Amino acid sequence: MQQRPVLRLTDTSLRDGSHHKRHQFTADDVRSIVAALDGAGVPVIEVTHGDGLGGSSFNYGFSHTPEQELIKVAVETARQAKIAVLMLPGVGVKDDILISQDNGASIVRIATHCTEADVSVQHFQLARERGLETVGFLMMAHSQPPEALAKQARIMADAGCQCVYVVDSAGALVLEQVSERVEALVAELGDDAQVGFHGHENLGLSVANSVAAARAGAQQIDGSVRGFGAGAGNTPLEAFVGVCDKLGFETGVDFFKIVDAAEDVVRPVMPEECLLDRMALMMGYAGVYSSFLKHAYTQAQRYGVSGAQILVRAGERKLVGGQEDQLIDIALELSREKVR
Amino acid sequence: MKAAIVGSGNIGTDLLYKLLRSEVLEPRWMVGIDPASEGLKRAASLGLEVSVDGAEWLLRQDELPDIVFEATSAAVHRANAPRYAEAGIRAIDLTPAAVGPYVVPPVNLGEHQDAPNINLITCGGQATIPMVHAVSRVVPVEYAEIVASVASVSAGPGTRANIDEFTRTTSHGIEAIGGASRGKAIIVLNPASPPMIMRDTIFCAIPEDADPDPITDSIARMETDIRSYVPGFRLLREPQYDAGRVAIFVEVAGAGDFLPEYAGNLDIMTAAATKVGEEIARAAASSSAVDRHVTA
Repeated sequence: MQQRPVLRLTDTSLRDGSHHKRHQFTADDVRSIVAALDGAGVPVIEVTHGDGLGGSSFNYGFSHTPEQELIKVAVETARQAKIAVLMLPGVGVKDDILISQDNGASIVRIATHCTEADVSVQHFQLARERGLETVGFLMMAHSQPPEALAKQARIMADAGCQCVYVVDSAGALVLEQVSERVEALVAELGDDAQVGFHGHENLGLSVANSVAAARAGAQQIDGSVRGFGAGAGNTPLEAFVGVCDKLGFETGVDFFKIVDAAEDVVRPVMPEECLLDRMALMMGYAGVYSSFLKHAYTQAQRYGVSGAQILVRAGERKLVGGQEDQLIDIALELSREKVR
Repeated sequence: MKAAIVGSGNIGTDLLYKLLRSEVLEPRWMVGIDPASEGLKRAASLGLEVSVDGAEWLLRQDELPDIVFEATSAAVHRANAPRYAEAGIRAIDLTPAAVGPYVVPPVNLGEHQDAPNINLITCGGQATIPMVHAVSRVVPVEYAEIVASVASVSAGPGTRANIDEFTRTTSHGIEAIGGASRGKAIIVLNPASPPMIMRDTIFCAIPEDADPDPITDSIARMETDIRSYVPGFRLLREPQYDAGRVAIFVEVAGAGDFLPEYAGNLDIMTAAATKVGEEIARAAASSSAVDRHVTA
C-alpha cells in the first residue's frame, strides 16, 4: 500500500491573528486556543506579536500582554504541540530568541523580505547552535520570480534554516504562481531543507494555493483556525484539513475536533470575522502586505481619506513589511490632495 | 589638521570627497586592504598617499595624521583604537564599535570635543536621535521609537551580517543622547527600484496635555541645525500629534559625492564625521592660537 504524503501544519492564529486582534491577546485567549488546537492534533502552534518578537511598538501596535508571557502560557498548555515564535531581523534581536527558548518555545521562524535573506544568517546560526528547530520566511514572495526566490532560499538553508517558506504575505499569488515558486525552492534545496507555504485569503485562494504548494512538494503548510489572521485572513486551517483528508494528504489533525475548535473556541476570541472585503481585495490585487489592513483603517479614519486608496498607494510605493509608519505619510498625502 | 581615512569602501570614499572640500581638514592618507578598491584609486588620483596595508602601514609612516576617520568594521576599529590612542591620533569612528562616546553633532558635540575617540552610533541614529532630543528638550519623553527605511542597495554586507548591532546601538543612542527614558529602533530594508531615498519616522511618547507648539518649533529648529551639515535632510510633513504621541517624518537624501542620492543613510554618516572633524580642528586651532598668545 502506498503511504499517504505527510504535511506538517502550523497554526498561526496566535501570531498572524495578533494583527486582526490588534495585538490584544490575553493569557486566557492563548490558553483556550492552544488547548483546543493541541487537542485536535495540530503539531505546531505559533505564538508571538503579529510583527514578530519585539514587535510591540508605536509602529505596529503595543501588546496587551507581553508576548513572552503568552509564549509561557502556550508552552504550559500544550501537551503534544510544539510552540513556535516568529522574529523579523531589524525588529527583534537575538536576545528575544534566547528568551523565547528559555520560556519553552522550540521552533523559531525567521522572516525577511524575500530579497533580503542575508540579514537572517546570524539568527539562524544562533538558533541552530542553541538546538532550536528553524524555519525561514521569504515574505512578499509574489514580488520575485521563482529563480530569485530560490537563490534567497539557498542563503537561508546555508545559514542553518531547516524549512524555507514561500510566504504570500499579500495574498497575491495565484495557483500556478505558487507551484512554480515551491518547485523552484524544492529543486534548489533538495535534501538540504524542506519547503513550506504560508497563504492569505485576499484573493480567495488560500486553500487552493496551499493544495498547489503541497502538490508541488511543500512539506509544511501554515494556516489559521477560522482564518484568524491579517488581511482577509490566513488559510482557514480546518478547511484545509478537510481538503487534505479528501485529497489523501496526512496531517494528523482531527477534522471534526478542529472544526469545533474554530467555531466554539477561536471565533469567540476574534473581534470579528476576517472578511474578503474591498480593503482585503485591494491588498491581494495590488500586492500589499496583509498586516497593513488595520493600520490603513486607522489612518483612513484619522485623516478622513479612503483606506482602499491608502493600500493601493502602498502598493505603488512598493512598501514592504515593517513600513507601517509610511501609511501615515500616505494618508497625509491623500488628505492634502483632497484639499487641493 | 592632517587627516587619514582608514577603510576604502563606499563610506570611506564618500567621506574623502567631503573632506577634500573642508577648509580646516586636510586629507593626506587613505588606506584599505583591497587592491582592487575604487576608493584607493580615486584617492591616489586626487593626490592622497594610499596603501593596501591598512592601519599598520599608516602607523609606520614618519609623519602621522592628527586625526583618523575609521570606516572599516567594528572589529577592526576595536583593534585599531588603542594604537591610534598610543600614537596620539584622534579617532572618529564610523563603525558601530562604540569605543568612544556617542556623538550626534547638533546635540552633544560640544561635550566631547576633547575626547580621543568619538563614535557616530549608526546612520539611523544620526538621522533620528536629534529629533528625539528636539522633543525631549521641551517635554519629558518616556519612550521613543524610530523606524528607519533604507534602500536595500545602500545596506552593505557589514550592516546585513550584524543587523542586531544597528538595532541595539541605535536604541541605546536614543536613550543616552536623545534623552528618552526608553528607546527602540527598527530598520527596514526596501528593495524597490528605483531605490527609495532614506526615510525615518520618529515616534515620541509625550505627556497627554503637552502643548504641541513649542515641540513643533523645537523640531523645526533642529531641522535647520541638521541641514547646515546635511543639506539633503528635511521634514516630510508637519509633526503629527495623537493622544500622548508625536510622530515626525523625515527624509535624508545624499549629497551625491560618491554615493547616489538615495543613500542618505550613508551620506549622513560621512557628513556627521566631517562636521565632527571640522569642529575638532577649529577647537584645536583656536586653543593653539591662545597658547601662542600666552607664550608671546
